[in-house]
Amino acid sequence: MIRDTWRIVRLGLKSLMLHKLRSALTTAGILFGVASVIAMLAVGEGAKQDALERFQDMGVTNLIARSKKPAETATSNSQSLWSALSYGLLYAEADLIQASLPTSVVARVREAKRPMIRGEHFHTSIIVGTEPSFLELTNMQVREGRWLGDIDDRRLANVCVLGATLTRLLFPLENPMDQTVLIGDDDRYRVVGVLSEQGRTAGAGSTPYDECMFIPLHTHQRRFGDVNTTRSGGSFSRERVELAEVKVKMPSSEDVAAGAQVIRDLLAQRIEETGDVLVTVPLELLKQEEESKRMFNIVLAVIASISLLVGGIGIMNVMLATVTERTREIGIRRALGAKKKHVVQQFLVEAGVLSALGGVVGVTLGVGLPFLITTWFAQKTIILPQHVMLAFSISAAVGVVFGLYPAWRAANMDPVEALRHE
Amino acid sequence: MAVAADGRAAVAQTAVAAESRAVSSNEIIAEFVDVHRHYKMGDNVVRALNGVSMKVSKGDYLTIMGRSGSGKSTMLNLLGCLDRPTRGEYRVGGRDVSKLDDDALSNVRGHEIGFIFQSFNLIPQLTVLENLEVPLFYQGRVGAESREKAEYLADRVGLGQRLAHKPLELSGGQQQRVAIARALMNDPLFLLADEATGNLDSNTEAEILDLFDDLRPDGVTIVMVTHNPTVAQRADRTLWLKDGEVEKLVTNADRADAAPTEESL
Repeated sequence: MIRDTWRIVRLGLKSLMLHKLRSALTTAGILFGVASVIAMLAVGEGAKQDALERFQDMGVTNLIARSKKPAETATSNSQSLWSALSYGLLYAEADLIQASLPTSVVARVREAKRPMIRGEHFHTSIIVGTEPSFLELTNMQVREGRWLGDIDDRRLANVCVLGATLTRLLFPLENPMDQTVLIGDDDRYRVVGVLSEQGRTAGAGSTPYDECMFIPLHTHQRRFGDVNTTRSGGSFSRERVELAEVKVKMPSSEDVAAGAQVIRDLLAQRIEETGDVLVTVPLELLKQEEESKRMFNIVLAVIASISLLVGGIGIMNVMLATVTERTREIGIRRALGAKKKHVVQQFLVEAGVLSALGGVVGVTLGVGLPFLITTWFAQKTIILPQHVMLAFSISAAVGVVFGLYPAWRAANMDPVEALRHE
Repeated sequence: MAVAADGRAAVAQTAVAAESRAVSSNEIIAEFVDVHRHYKMGDNVVRALNGVSMKVSKGDYLTIMGRSGSGKSTMLNLLGCLDRPTRGEYRVGGRDVSKLDDDALSNVRGHEIGFIFQSFNLIPQLTVLENLEVPLFYQGRVGAESREKAEYLADRVGLGQRLAHKPLELSGGQQQRVAIARALMNDPLFLLADEATGNLDSNTEAEILDLFDDLRPDGVTIVMVTHNPTVAQRADRTLWLKDGEVEKLVTNADRADAAPTEESL
C-alpha cells in the first residue's frame, strides 16, 4: 500500500518533470500563497501579543481613575490671576471608592514634576507620592533595598525609591543606597530602595515609572501641597489637584466589570459633566484590542486566501492542459486495465504533489519572512506551529480541490477516443 | 541467468493457472454471438456492426481484414472491451461481458487482454521496465515478482539489456517488442493487435511477425486487425468484414497446408 502510494507520487513527480518550468511557475503561485498566509498570521499574532503585554503592564485586574485637566471653559478664563483651577480626584473620593469596593486594593497616587539633583547630576522628572500597595498594583520589583512602608508615611519621612533609569542618571557611578537626592533648595530624600528595570510604557502620565522617583504619599502632600504653580512665558497658572491617580486592583478579572461599574457610577458627574476624570479599564481595552485585531486577522486571512485561490486556479489550469496533453497516455492506461478511480488518483496525486511542493517551499519562505518584517519594520512577529501546519494543509487541500475537476475529466474520457488522440 | 530462470518458472506457473481455466485444449476464449453495434449520428443510425458471430479458440492466430468502413475498428474496440455492443453477446473466457460496467470492463482488459497498438503506445516518461509493469500495477501486483517477469519477457522479446531505457531511445521495432512484452505481462487470454506492424518498415515487420510465430508454442493466442494481406497471410485464419457483416472466413493455405477454403460459419 505504502509502496504503491510512493509509486504514484514518484510517477507524479516524473510527469511534472516533463515540464519543469511550467511546474515551477505553477508551484510559485501556491508558494507565495502559503508564505503570505504564514507571514500574515505571524504578524497578526505578534501584534496581538504586543497589545496583550501592553495591557498586562497596566494590570488586567486593575482599574485606573486618572485626573485630567478639563478643556478650557469660559469660567476658567474668567478666574483671577491668583485663583487656582481646581480639578481632579479628591482624597474623599478615593476613600469612597475604597469603601465601596472592600475587596479591592487601592493605591492613591500624587504626581509632581520637579528637578532632582545629586552632586553635578541633574534630571527633571516626576516625583510620585504613593502608598505601599502601589508596588503590588503595578507589579514592579525592588532590585535593591526596600519599598516604601506605612511607617514612612506616618512619619512623613523624607525617603525615596528610585526607578532604574533615574538611578542611572543620578548615580552613574556610585551606589545610590543611603545617599540623598536634593529636590528644590533644601529638601533632601534618602534613597532606601532601587527598582529593577520595568521596560514598560506605563507610568506617571507620559513618563515611564523607570524614570520616576517614589516617596510616601503624605510626605508628598506635605512638601509639595495641592496647589501647583507653573510659569509659562510671563503668566502664571495655578492648579489645585489632590490626587493624580487612583489605582484599584480587583481580586480577579471576573470582578473587573463590576468594579468598573461602581467607579463609573461614583464618578459619573466628574466623567460626564466636568470631564476632569478619566477611568481606564485595561481589561476592556484589551478586549477591544483583541476584537479589532480579530477583524484585522480576518482581513489578512481573506487576502492570503485569495492568493491561495489564485494559486489553485493556476494549478487547475496546468492540470487541464496536462490532461489534454496526456489524453493518449490516459487511453493507454485505461486499455491496460486502469479503472476510472486509478486515473483520478493519478492526476489528483500529481496536482497534490505540485501544490505540496509549493507548500514546502512556501513554509520555508513563510518562516523566513517574519524575521525580515521584524528587522525592517520593528513589528513583532510570532510563528505558531499550528499556523504553519494550517498553511501547509491549506496548500495541499487547494491542490486536491483544484485538481479534482481535471482528474474527473481525465477519468471520464472515452478510452476509444483517448487512444485515437494524436 | 538465475533471475531469468526464476522468471521462467513464474511464467510457467501462471501458464498452469491459465491452463486450469481451460475446459479443453480447444477451449473457446472469445466469442461473438450476433453482435450489433449501432451509432447514432444525428437522425441517422450507423450500423457499424450488424450481427457478427465468430469464435476464437485457444492458440488461434486470427486476422481481421476489410476495407475502411467495414467495421474493423468497431470490432477491435468491442474485442478489447473498450466499447459495449448495442445488441448481442460477447463472451470472454466463457463469460458474457457485453453488459458489464466500466470498472468490471477495466478488470477484463487488465486480466484477460493484451493490447498491441500500431503506434506502440508506450508511456514516454517511464522506462522500459516501468512500462512493462503498468498492467500489473493496476492489479496491485507490482513488486519483485513483476520485476522478474518483466526481465524474463524483455529477454523473451530480445530486449533484455534495455530495461532502463526510455521508449524514445529505442527504434520502432524495439518499441513494438516492448509493447508485445507488456501485452504478455498479465498472462492474457489473447493478444489483441491493431495494425501491429503498420508503423514499421518491411524488414522490421517481418521480425515482429517472426516474434509472434515464436510466441505461439507458449500457447499465445493472437487476434490482429490489419489491412495488409502480407501480414494476414502469416495467420491461420482471416475473417473478412464487409459493411458490418462477416463476408467470409478464410483458412490460410500456408498454415493449413491446404488450398484456401471458405469455411461455413
